[in-house]
Amino acid sequence: MLRFFLSRLALIIPTFIGVSIISFAFIRLLPGDPIMLLAGERGMSAERYAQLSAEMGFDRPLVAQYFDYLMGILQGDLGTSIVTRRPVLDEFFTLFPATIELALCAIVLATALGIPLGVLAAVKRGTWIDQTVMGTALVGYSMPIFWWGLLLIILFSGTLGWTPVSGRISLLYFFPPVTGFMLIDSLLSGQDGAFLSALSHLILPTIVLATIPLAVIARQTRSAMLEVLGEDYVRTARSKGLSPRRVIGLHALRNAMIPVVTTIGLQVGVLLAGAILTETIFSWPGIGKWMVDSVFRRDYAVVQGGLLLIAIIIMFVNLLVDMLYGLINPRIRH
Amino acid sequence: MSHLKTLLATTMLVACFGAAAQAKTLVYCSEGSPEGFDPALYTSGTTFDASAHPIYNRLLEFKKGTTETEPGLAESYEVSEDGLEYTFKLREGVKFHSSDSFTPTRDLNADDVIFSFDRQGNSENSYNAYVSGASWEYYNSMSMPDLVASIEKVDDLTVKFTLTAPNAPFLANLAMPFASIMSKEYADQLEAAGTPEQLNQAPIGTGPFQFVAYQADAAIRYSSFDDYWAGVEPIDDLVFAITTDASVRQQRLAAGECHIMAYPNPADLESLQQNADLTVMEQEGLNVGYFAYNTTQEPFDRPEVRRALNMAINKQAIIDAVYQGAGTVAKAPIPPTMWSYNDNLVDDEYDPEAARAALEEAGVTDLSMKIWAMPVSRPYNPNARRMAELMQADFDAIGVDVEIVSYEWGEYLERSSAEDRDGAVLLGWTGDNGDPDNFLAVLLGCDAVGGANRAQWCNEEFDALVQEAKTLPTQEERAELYTQAQEIFKQEAPWATIAHSVVYVPMRSEVTGFVQSPLGDMTFDGVDIAE
Repeated sequence: MLRFFLSRLALIIPTFIGVSIISFAFIRLLPGDPIMLLAGERGMSAERYAQLSAEMGFDRPLVAQYFDYLMGILQGDLGTSIVTRRPVLDEFFTLFPATIELALCAIVLATALGIPLGVLAAVKRGTWIDQTVMGTALVGYSMPIFWWGLLLIILFSGTLGWTPVSGRISLLYFFPPVTGFMLIDSLLSGQDGAFLSALSHLILPTIVLATIPLAVIARQTRSAMLEVLGEDYVRTARSKGLSPRRVIGLHALRNAMIPVVTTIGLQVGVLLAGAILTETIFSWPGIGKWMVDSVFRRDYAVVQGGLLLIAIIIMFVNLLVDMLYGLINPRIRH
Repeated sequence: MSHLKTLLATTMLVACFGAAAQAKTLVYCSEGSPEGFDPALYTSGTTFDASAHPIYNRLLEFKKGTTETEPGLAESYEVSEDGLEYTFKLREGVKFHSSDSFTPTRDLNADDVIFSFDRQGNSENSYNAYVSGASWEYYNSMSMPDLVASIEKVDDLTVKFTLTAPNAPFLANLAMPFASIMSKEYADQLEAAGTPEQLNQAPIGTGPFQFVAYQADAAIRYSSFDDYWAGVEPIDDLVFAITTDASVRQQRLAAGECHIMAYPNPADLESLQQNADLTVMEQEGLNVGYFAYNTTQEPFDRPEVRRALNMAINKQAIIDAVYQGAGTVAKAPIPPTMWSYNDNLVDDEYDPEAARAALEEAGVTDLSMKIWAMPVSRPYNPNARRMAELMQADFDAIGVDVEIVSYEWGEYLERSSAEDRDGAVLLGWTGDNGDPDNFLAVLLGCDAVGGANRAQWCNEEFDALVQEAKTLPTQEERAELYTQAQEIFKQEAPWATIAHSVVYVPMRSEVTGFVQSPLGDMTFDGVDIAE
């Protein structure tokens, strides 16, 4: 197991260097100059441009800029935002808990609903239940997130008034962040009703963000289950006279879980991408919205630093999934 | 006894919560996050609304609802005969805010004023580079380094600015966000503690509201400042609920989650206006959307050609389609809310036949040209691509072939400034300080050719008037020259003036005392919520 872990870990180093190069190059390949954007309609004299360019280090050769960036990363310094003049790492860690909280809730919801629905569809293959579940999953998978979110807001917040429109908690509540996770902080604050308010603010964004992963997990579970249900050992288990619940729960599902776990792991990327739109529409102060704003403003330091941090998270989650994989299926370790 | 204690404690708690429940909180659904809280470091209106207006004051302030200045922290000022020395008498007893980490020991004095400007222009000042990449953009772009020769303390409550040349718009500059007055005592304390960046993150000012907290990308909280020199505010707390999507802002306003919202979608205005719980205020913005020819290139170097093309543009159709009605046809380069606006100008009438004839008369046939369409939406031009398409059809009707080009925004701004640019550009301007000089000299002056003067138009007569107006002491004298300059502009037609957009501010009906600023600022002093 240790060798397996180390071999996976060794792969991370070249991936990391690759990601650092891509994140550095990506924002610079886009047309547009952050200094001209700062100047706006007014424009800027050539001298002033040269001065600002030198102050921000943009006048140096790209290779030199990249090595500065790389040296910075090794010292834990991802640079300073051109717009807010604050360290990128500070901004990231201020906003990251909000994204994690939302993504965790969404993946829990997607898994808790997706797996049972997939199993149900597989067991009831060909019936109306199967068709309804798979039909709904297809719709969920194809739904544009932005439109879906707005639709839910208009119905549940606007017309019915059941849920708040946006934000993380009612503005009536105010307490300094302790963990950055609103659900926990609201409990810690001891203010009456704060937790319920935070919870009610999570409902719609969680549903919106969970929609695509839920559809993917349900479809993946169904097809994996169908494959396993046709295996010899399942037939043997059935013929032994085990109850259908035991056959499905113990024998079939456990084996069907391997591709499902991989799928759930891969959803982390989908969640972070989905968070960009979900956060924008629900005014959710997370890293998705922060990245989008920064791309528009050509805030080089934020985009390259943010991309790198997100890539590190995805790499870490993939490593975790690989480990889990090894635990579920010992053959993979060799 | 212990029962009595419990009872007492409970009563006190209830009393506290009761009082808290009665606190009047005004919630503003704002359009974005502030970049920081030191207004001199930044250039966006979103940042100024969150920093300069609630937290700080300036020597002079814009009179509510106008672009005229009135005394702020300076209760009066004198200008020397030669127009070079401005002496400001500061208000006595102006208090600074306090916070957990700072308690002011003195009132506002001349040192604060000198510090606030010196840090922006003097590279020796320890606060000149207190955040990485501080570029003091407005201080530089308003030419303050060239304009101000010195700032001196005459006594504790008197400050003298000496200019390098007479410059009347200087006074309006002092009412701009970058000229906000900071506490030198606070800055010194932060420097001694090794945390100067807190000046930008935990601001201390003299304004109507004290900063309480900023929850990144979510909300900004302020409380009313009890010792405010101009009197205590009617509301207790002010909250900015940051909501970037306009449709979501509208939903929040309708649901009562906020009292006032920024920038509604033009398409939603009708439903907002029909909602009985809401009021929608409107005012022409201090902006102009224009179409600038390159006046150095054939055949656009001839005014008769430019005027002929102007006649072919159906501006009303553009207002309806592009601004969705939220705009007015522009005939002058400055907006009607600005002093010295020349209402006597006669706009080129939309007349394709006459336009075609005028072109023929000028000997121009088979004309083809490029129209540059901005890639972004701006208040002065919400959809430049659509506007370009409408103009393409208008020009096609008089036999002019048009190709529409566009670039990424930063690229667009840079390339459109080039003197050898091929084609006419769609662009616009939102005023900084309400002074006509801020439009006429910045956008059409000879100095601005190759920069913000996208028409590359240098007319000596026009330029002489605008330059002279800068040196005159009274508004009447200046207005006279600006009025003449606008006539020359209209005659020469370096631009087709397209539109002034209308700015809408929707709010709950119970909100009282809100005054819309022609400068587009959102200011909440004096605003109340009716019971």
